[in-house]
Amino acid sequence: MEPGLYHILFLSTALFFIGVYGFLTRRNLITMLMSIELILNSVNLNFIAFNKYLWPNQMDGLFFTLFIIAIAAAEAAVAIAIIINLYRSHNSIDVENAEDLKY
Amino acid sequence: MPNVTAISLIPLLPLAGFLLLGLFGRKYFKNSSGLIGTVLLLASTVLALYTAYEYFFVYGKVAGVYEKFVALQLTWLEFSPGVSIDMGLIIDPISVMMLVVVTFISLMVHIYSLGYLKGEERFPTYYSYLGLFTFSMLGLVLASNIFQIYIFWELVGVSSFLLIGYYYDKPSAVAACKKAFIVTRFADLGFLIGILILSFSGGTLDFATLIERLTSPESNEFKAAAASTFLGASALTWGAALVFIGGAGKSAMFPLHIWLPDAMEGPTPVSALIHAATMVVAGVYLVARLFPIFSVAVPGVLEIIGWVGAVSAIVAAIIACTQTDIKRVLAYSTMSQIGFMMFALGVSNYGGEAGLGYTASMFHLFTHAMFKALLFLGAGAVIHYVHSNDMKDMGGLRKFLPITHITFLIACLAIAGVPPFAGFFSKEEILLAAYNNNMAIYWIALITSGITAFYMFRLYFNIFWSKPAPSPSERAGGEVHGEGGFAMMMPLVLLAVGTAAAGFIPFGEYVSSDGKPLHAHFDLSFSIAPVALGLIGIFTAFWLYKKQNDKPTKLATSLGGIYKTAYNKFYIDEIYLFITKKVLFNLIGRPAAWFDKNIVDGLMNLIGNITEKISEGIKKVQSGKVQQYAIYFLGGVIVLAVLFIYIWK
Repeated sequence: MEPGLYHILFLSTALFFIGVYGFLTRRNLITMLMSIELILNSVNLNFIAFNKYLWPNQMDGLFFTLFIIAIAAAEAAVAIAIIINLYRSHNSIDVENAEDLKY
Repeated sequence: MPNVTAISLIPLLPLAGFLLLGLFGRKYFKNSSGLIGTVLLLASTVLALYTAYEYFFVYGKVAGVYEKFVALQLTWLEFSPGVSIDMGLIIDPISVMMLVVVTFISLMVHIYSLGYLKGEERFPTYYSYLGLFTFSMLGLVLASNIFQIYIFWELVGVSSFLLIGYYYDKPSAVAACKKAFIVTRFADLGFLIGILILSFSGGTLDFATLIERLTSPESNEFKAAAASTFLGASALTWGAALVFIGGAGKSAMFPLHIWLPDAMEGPTPVSALIHAATMVVAGVYLVARLFPIFSVAVPGVLEIIGWVGAVSAIVAAIIACTQTDIKRVLAYSTMSQIGFMMFALGVSNYGGEAGLGYTASMFHLFTHAMFKALLFLGAGAVIHYVHSNDMKDMGGLRKFLPITHITFLIACLAIAGVPPFAGFFSKEEILLAAYNNNMAIYWIALITSGITAFYMFRLYFNIFWSKPAPSPSERAGGEVHGEGGFAMMMPLVLLAVGTAAAGFIPFGEYVSSDGKPLHAHFDLSFSIAPVALGLIGIFTAFWLYKKQNDKPTKLATSLGGIYKTAYNKFYIDEIYLFITKKVLFNLIGRPAAWFDKNIVDGLMNLIGNITEKISEGIKKVQSGKVQQYAIYFLGGVIVLAVLFIYIWK
């Protein structure tokens, strides 16, 4: 059977919720960052799929995807920098230890 | 025409002195500040004399009448076209006369202070305050509209506050300056409301226009003001009466006089300035300035003025007989003499022969400035020598203070109304005016002038005769010094000459209620009663106080309660204290404080507490845990998604 739009949407939804689950349950900041990448990629998949199946003559979804990848790379760089700094000051990258910013 | 530059320089020179000495005096003019202030004021005095000469003998008289000139009119604060507060310079007989009096007396005080306050730590400050005081008074005199006079009126209040409290490390001086300021401010509230009423009903602030509109029965403003009544009196009456309250406060009229004796805490030359030329005569000047409104539009208020003046005159005279602080005696004599000026205005009418009281009042203001300044400066010389204010520490000083003795005697004779000294002429005119108009006030005035002679000579004999003075070497502290230098003696001599000669000025020729010369004619037979009473007063004082004896004590004991009441100033201070501390404090102060503490503050605290409690409850949400935030976010998104998909469709 030829895979269609629904298969891809199912895959991206699964990816999205795996990401959300990982983000909410993991305590390691690097893992949480990876979960965010999963969420972003699930969105990318959606864009590509809708572009291919609904408006095959246009390129909007593709461009969006490229932009998201670029931004995700930048965001990862910033996030890693923050995590390194956090490690330097707290000696840990556990999210439980990084809760100084509160009331 | 008036020389605008000269006239505007008269108040501006003391102002320049104030700014210069106030800003840079302590740093750069530590020693020369007195000279700077004096020279500036000398220039001012010369200009004032020049202006007076020009006005009275060159341009002032137009067709036999002394005209009012507005030398300068500047729009100062413009609210909308036609509605503005102006600054102007008015030139008419009384303002020119006051210019001369104020600058001359102030100059004498400046010179005298060079000697009296020599070596004082805050010498420049003192001279800058004197400059401010002189400037404010000159501005008040020259004010061409009622709001301008109010501004300078308050400036006079401030500068008197500063000068009375000059010895700010002395608690009594601090209390006295606060008292003077608060009492006069309280009276000024009446003045301000009066200004508002008068200027509202007259539709203008300008004196000339205001008087013109509010005195002619045909004008619309007059009709409107006379028609609108409140508590049975017209708006005009209220306005005039309230303005008079302001004047009574500044002029220390009964019962607002309580600040005046306490104001003696300032340096003695300051007392001379306050009592002779500035501050206390401001009230008289104000009534004289608005005299047409008082006399033509609301004669009833004039009656009040007459009675307030007469009561103040006799009450103060009686109190003065019992005081032992020489400056306080002089303070009460000032109050009494200002009372004379006030009731002279009160018994006067506008225009012609009937306006004699007006002329007499201004004349007395003029002569009183001379002899009262002389008395205070003489008292200053005595205090300088004895280092005490109390009569008990004095006596027999005529040998050690010869110049002070002679000049003081001249001043006493003048205030007692002995011819040919200045006080005689002005007092005769006042008595004549009272005689023609109000017999009751005339009798009060007659008795008061007898008492005046008595207490002034009581003072004189107690200082210069009475017991023999200890020779300088026996004096406490063994300090030996003479009468005070040239700077202190020259003003005394100059003022004594003025006191002896001022009475011969044909005052009515120059100053009268309507500007037309008023030929005063003296009736010798009329003068017999007051002069005789004055002499009786002098001889009583001579009999009681020439030599130290027990007659005064016996007399005081036999008078018993009356003496005690007068000695305690008729308990007026106590009445004030009772009213303010007991009645006002308990009835208004405390309930207001309770309301403020419990209702106003309570409401605010309640709001604050509620906010705090709520925030205490919800602040836990901001926990710092990133994943918790993510859950909230996710939950929010899900709720929104459900809302949009299933409920809002």
